[in-house]
Amino acid sequence: MIRTKLETNKQTWLQHLHIDGWLLLGLIVLMGVGLVTIYSAGGQDVELVQRQFIRLGVALVVMFALAQVPVGAYRRVAIYFYLAGLAMLVAVLIVGVVGKGAQRWLDLGVIRFQPSEIMKLAVPMLVAWYISKENLPPRIQHITIGFIMVLTPTLLIAKQPDLGTSLLIASSGLFALFLAGMSWKLITIVGGLASAFAPIMWFFLMQDYQKQRVLTFMDPESDPLGAGYHIIQSKIAIGSGGWEGKGWLQGTQSQLEFLPERHTDFIFSVFSEEFGLLGVLALLAIYIYIIVRGMLIAVRAQDAFSKLLAGSLTLTFFVYVFVNMGMVSGILPVVGVPLPLVSYGGTSMVTLMAGFGILMAISTQKRLLVRE
Amino acid sequence: MPAKRMTIKDHTAEANLFARRTVVALLIVGVMLSVLVSNLYVLQIKKFQDYQTRSNGNRIKVLPVAPNRGLIYDRKGRLLAENRPVYSLEIVPEQVEDIDGVVAELSAMLDISDDEIKDFEQSLKRVRRFKPVALRSRLSEQDVARFAAQQHRFPGVSIEARLTRFYPYADALTHVLGYVARINKKDLQKLREAGQEDNYAATHDIGKQGVERYHEDLLHGEVGYQQVEVNSQGRIIRVLDFDPPTPGQDIVLNIDIDLQMEARKALEGRRGSVVALDPRTGGVMALYSNPSYDPNLFVHGISSKDYSALLNSPDRPLINRATQGQYPPASTIKPHLALVGLEEGIIDSETTLFDRGRYQLKNVSHVWRDWKKYGHGQVDVVKSVEVSCDIFFYDLAYRLGIDRISDAMQQFGFGDYTGIDLYEESDANMPSRGWKRARHNEPWYIGDTISVGIGQSYWTATPLQLADSLMALVNKGSRYVPQIIRGNLVDDEVQLQPVKELRPIPVKNEENWDIVLDSLYGTVNREHGTARSAFSGAHYISGGKTGTAQLFSIGQDEEYEEENVAKHLRDNAMYIGYAPIDAPEIVVAVALENAGGGSSNAAPVARQIMDFHFRDRTFDSLVLNPQDAAEDNESQ
Repeated sequence: MIRTKLETNKQTWLQHLHIDGWLLLGLIVLMGVGLVTIYSAGGQDVELVQRQFIRLGVALVVMFALAQVPVGAYRRVAIYFYLAGLAMLVAVLIVGVVGKGAQRWLDLGVIRFQPSEIMKLAVPMLVAWYISKENLPPRIQHITIGFIMVLTPTLLIAKQPDLGTSLLIASSGLFALFLAGMSWKLITIVGGLASAFAPIMWFFLMQDYQKQRVLTFMDPESDPLGAGYHIIQSKIAIGSGGWEGKGWLQGTQSQLEFLPERHTDFIFSVFSEEFGLLGVLALLAIYIYIIVRGMLIAVRAQDAFSKLLAGSLTLTFFVYVFVNMGMVSGILPVVGVPLPLVSYGGTSMVTLMAGFGILMAISTQKRLLVRE
Repeated sequence: MPAKRMTIKDHTAEANLFARRTVVALLIVGVMLSVLVSNLYVLQIKKFQDYQTRSNGNRIKVLPVAPNRGLIYDRKGRLLAENRPVYSLEIVPEQVEDIDGVVAELSAMLDISDDEIKDFEQSLKRVRRFKPVALRSRLSEQDVARFAAQQHRFPGVSIEARLTRFYPYADALTHVLGYVARINKKDLQKLREAGQEDNYAATHDIGKQGVERYHEDLLHGEVGYQQVEVNSQGRIIRVLDFDPPTPGQDIVLNIDIDLQMEARKALEGRRGSVVALDPRTGGVMALYSNPSYDPNLFVHGISSKDYSALLNSPDRPLINRATQGQYPPASTIKPHLALVGLEEGIIDSETTLFDRGRYQLKNVSHVWRDWKKYGHGQVDVVKSVEVSCDIFFYDLAYRLGIDRISDAMQQFGFGDYTGIDLYEESDANMPSRGWKRARHNEPWYIGDTISVGIGQSYWTATPLQLADSLMALVNKGSRYVPQIIRGNLVDDEVQLQPVKELRPIPVKNEENWDIVLDSLYGTVNREHGTARSAFSGAHYISGGKTGTAQLFSIGQDEEYEEENVAKHLRDNAMYIGYAPIDAPEIVVAVALENAGGGSSNAAPVARQIMDFHFRDRTFDSLVLNPQDAAEDNESQ
């Protein structure tokens, strides 16, 4: 009796702050795993861990702030948010700052800023808003417009070029359409068209270095010291981890610097080398927990807009996980997607946590609505 | 209101539709996860061994460790070739904040030249930042001391030691020891062909000449290995395992460094060589060729200026005159010819001839002269050797004919390699009909045979061959390969290398050999002997033979006058000798280029060598039967 009462109190207290306790628990555990792995991957650099710690704090604050925003506000601003993002994407292509061989940043004087990050939230918001205006399942003309909404920023970002982000944005929009009930027939047709589009991508849209990545992915051993080096070293790191791993700080592939991008995109290789398949399964369990929790929030959400947005954000989170693990273990080409909340780095993590803030808003605000 | 109804109805339907799609989405997520996990299972479990091996292959490197080269001692245990540390001043770039400043300070302290700094800056660009770069490769001991006192001020700068060869006797042993120098492309090719490439993986130098080259296999040793963990840039993180190298064998030579130094002293300022062999074993006790050069120059890489000076010197110091110098043997081979004449039955001890200073053949206008203008008068074979009568040997050669001479002299080793443990050896030339036809496409003339009788006319020999042939004479046909190496040093004890015997010269009648040895005795000890004055008063009894090789053809009726002949065309002085007479311990051959007569120039050198060799011995200890010998000595 007492326990129930306490629990109720606690939930009420968290709910009052618009925090989903279960989701937060998963996120915090994941962040902890991330800090521990970054310490090892960064060569025991405490400063690196401190910087990541501060970023995590900032990201949590952003999440907390966005959780306070009424869900209706997201629905209302979606279109302006999207248009602003689109304008900035065009601006990037014209006056953007070049870094790492791609034009992704807008220099706003004080900070450098990636408009594509806005689109990660703006696209699912817009599609969810647009589709949920009418009854579900959506009609073909709505779906067509939905596709245009998704593909416009996707192509603009692919042109920067930033294949990883464009892939994430495309999937976030398409997930909204899928969850909205787009008919299987249409899905088959679109799938067929996409396959037909692939050669066009290859010949007209992809940069040489991207083509090289795909070729390397097909056969990394063809160029073991050049383009294939990263993926080979990564597979060696993962494979040599075995069941139990080499132990924390004991991964030779990472500690002796054979692995590239150890604390960023390839952090999963470090983790697999040091903690083995058992560690990997535990890590996957945390991710699955977060995804299931996210989908539960979506299913329980009160209106179609909330459902579609929550579902789309959650599934996009899964795409992060799948693409990152897939690329470092050699079943997907290397496209520069970080392991969410574990990889070192600020921008994409803040966006992710912003997404979780929206999820929490959806999760906690419906009961308030019910009460009212 | 229908619209409202529809909305409510749709609301439930929407929720159901969304729930169904969520289930499908989660199913797809499940399928994708299982693809991911099964791939990880394959990587981490199925192919674990494979990837573990590759991971170890990444991080574990096996580094070869060079063995220490074997030392070289003389027969009395004195060090002839040693390994000394050479110090170099090295800087690890990444450990030094202000490289330019540190280099400036160091160059002020150690007087480092601009060239050295330029070299340093060059290699700085090529080498990884954690690898040491040498600022000066050979520090003097003062430099080392000066830097050591200030080392604390220079983090990242250190003195590194490496063992390199040092030859303390410098030019005295160059033609025996040779030298080691950096392994070059050609050496590498040879090592590869011999399957020795791995063994030399860490080795810096290889024997290039002399004993260092010939006995390379003994001296080098076996490479060791160090197993280290490296990072992706190749920096060594730690040593995992160490399999030490097997050092090279220490070897002991037959050379007596004191005798060698005496030979050097005797040849100072002359072009020539001395060989001293032990006739009981073939051991080479001294082998010196003058002028020589300092082999230490080559160890550290000789400058091209120094090298071309050596190469272009008219005195040709790079040639080992003792083994590569090809000289007409001149009269030194008269004893050998005498023996062949006796053994072939052409002459006997009674055969005499009256020498008037001229020799002519029927129907041939050419006149062969004796070195003594009016001849030696009545001579037999012994006296002919003692006084070095030319006419007797013109006639003997004529009667023997070139074929028998050539065959017999080849048995003494002429025209062939002695097999000494040096690659720098010439086989010189023992002429024959076949040789002349092949070489000059000319028939053999009778006149050629007559000149062969006094060791001229295409006949050349090295001083080593002469010593070797005399050894065969005093050993009455037994032949040994001259060997510089005496044995290996194992736990401070010398394990002798076996004496290498060759097929002996067949003996028909031992008395013939005694006659010839008696003539060698007479040359040194009897009144008219050509080496008598050179050896007068010696505290041992020796035998020998002088030789004076003409390099300059004088006309039929001209006199040879030394003053009128250019120095490089003056006669070569030759001498071969042995002592003590009845139990020989040393055989000496001397060849002096353009020095003049053998008895007055070469014989005194041999005397000096023998005097030195027997310096600590009494007369009595040097003869078999002291009383007889003493009487014999007095009667002269």
